[in-house]
Amino acid sequence: MLKTRIIPCLDVKDGRVVKGVNFKGLVDAGDPVEAAIAYDAAGADELCFLDIAATLENRGTMFDVVRRTAEACFMPLTVGGGVRSALDVRALLLAGADKVSFNSAAVANPDCINEAANKFGAQCIVVAVDAKTVAPGEWQIFTHGGTRPTGIDAVEFARDMVSRGAGEILLTSMDKDGTKSGYNLPLTRAISNAVDVPVIASGGVGTLDHLVEGVTEGGANAVLAASIFHFGTYTIGEAKAHMAAAGIPMRLT
Amino acid sequence: MTCVIVDYGSGNLHSAQKSFERMSREINGPRIVVSGDADVVAGAERIVLPGVGAFADCQAGLMAVDGMVDALRERVQAGTPFMGICVGMQLLATRGLEFGETSGLDWIAGDVTALRPSDETLKVPHMGWNELRLNRSHVLFEGVEQGAHAYFVHSFHMAPADEADVIATVDYGEPVTACVGRDNIVGTQFHPEKSQKTGLTVIGNFLRWAP
Repeated sequence: MLKTRIIPCLDVKDGRVVKGVNFKGLVDAGDPVEAAIAYDAAGADELCFLDIAATLENRGTMFDVVRRTAEACFMPLTVGGGVRSALDVRALLLAGADKVSFNSAAVANPDCINEAANKFGAQCIVVAVDAKTVAPGEWQIFTHGGTRPTGIDAVEFARDMVSRGAGEILLTSMDKDGTKSGYNLPLTRAISNAVDVPVIASGGVGTLDHLVEGVTEGGANAVLAASIFHFGTYTIGEAKAHMAAAGIPMRLT
Repeated sequence: MTCVIVDYGSGNLHSAQKSFERMSREINGPRIVVSGDADVVAGAERIVLPGVGAFADCQAGLMAVDGMVDALRERVQAGTPFMGICVGMQLLATRGLEFGETSGLDWIAGDVTALRPSDETLKVPHMGWNELRLNRSHVLFEGVEQGAHAYFVHSFHMAPADEADVIATVDYGEPVTACVGRDNIVGTQFHPEKSQKTGLTVIGNFLRWAP
């Protein structure tokens, strides 16, 4: 049986983890490779790196981080941030990423998803959907860190991205992100029902029950969280045990 | 001794290379060489064919390398241990049915078809960790327990004509081929280079394998 994935996400800027990662056994809390090794050992199912200041001159730093991570961790790695074209995808895949996540480029130029999926296969193309509630049961795509509305319906957008070749949707609720009040479950459920590719729930996790709800109520295939793991509030093992106890199939070894 | 990872413009070569290097160091195994040169493959003592993306694209990429398919065939017929990974495994089949019909290497008779789980709640691609069901013992899975987890990411799967060629399956609404093998040829649908300890064990076993 396929297991539900837990994915810790690291925000990376200029080759360092932003806000740091603060848990036992870590030599350098700001080094993304060190953090990746720690999560690998802890049994994370996948890792996600988000290059939050992806400028042209900083790209090399991120490639180096990805390359060094792939040398030390033999687990799946998704990289996002500043990805605009099939060329970017190729460079990240060659460096050692397994999946590459598009965000604002998918809104500005949706054809880049067709091109990347045709070249590299849908299985490695993730589209990060950042959505905000505009009315009850209605969500729109926002860009620029949730500050700029686009008028695009989030559910329609997700459907369109999958029809263009996205193999996975990384769904972040901009209302919930950083609140620790749980995922936006109606949004997660709406997107999950609308597409036939896996959906990763993101934004708002504060407790282990939130992870459970993301799957049981939101219908997510994977749950992504950052701070609850980085700051050692919960370990990956505790999260998996909690989800398994709630009846969700987890990889516990 | 060299183990050649075939570079034909497809695949996450860096990850594959690093995982094979790591295991080769541990067991004092062969030198790992990544090459797109048919002459290098012709002298290989072990061959790995990775592959990511679409069957037809990968097949076209492989055919486009001058002399590569002949070199591979010659080595495999001479008994060289060969391992295909993901689409590199699917290419072993007779034909692929992704975006029309494409001929494969036909080393293991069978078709590659779209995953269509009867349970509509199951998403495609089949993405994540699934439990291996070992149909029979094989050197590749020495030290790997029944039910061990491996990482999968694929929308198509291989259905060998002869059940005996299926070494392992996973359950995704129906049994899905996870590993095939015949004589000196093996292929994994999962990514051993991404399957943490289980994957590294499989890689180490391949590097030691003397079929």
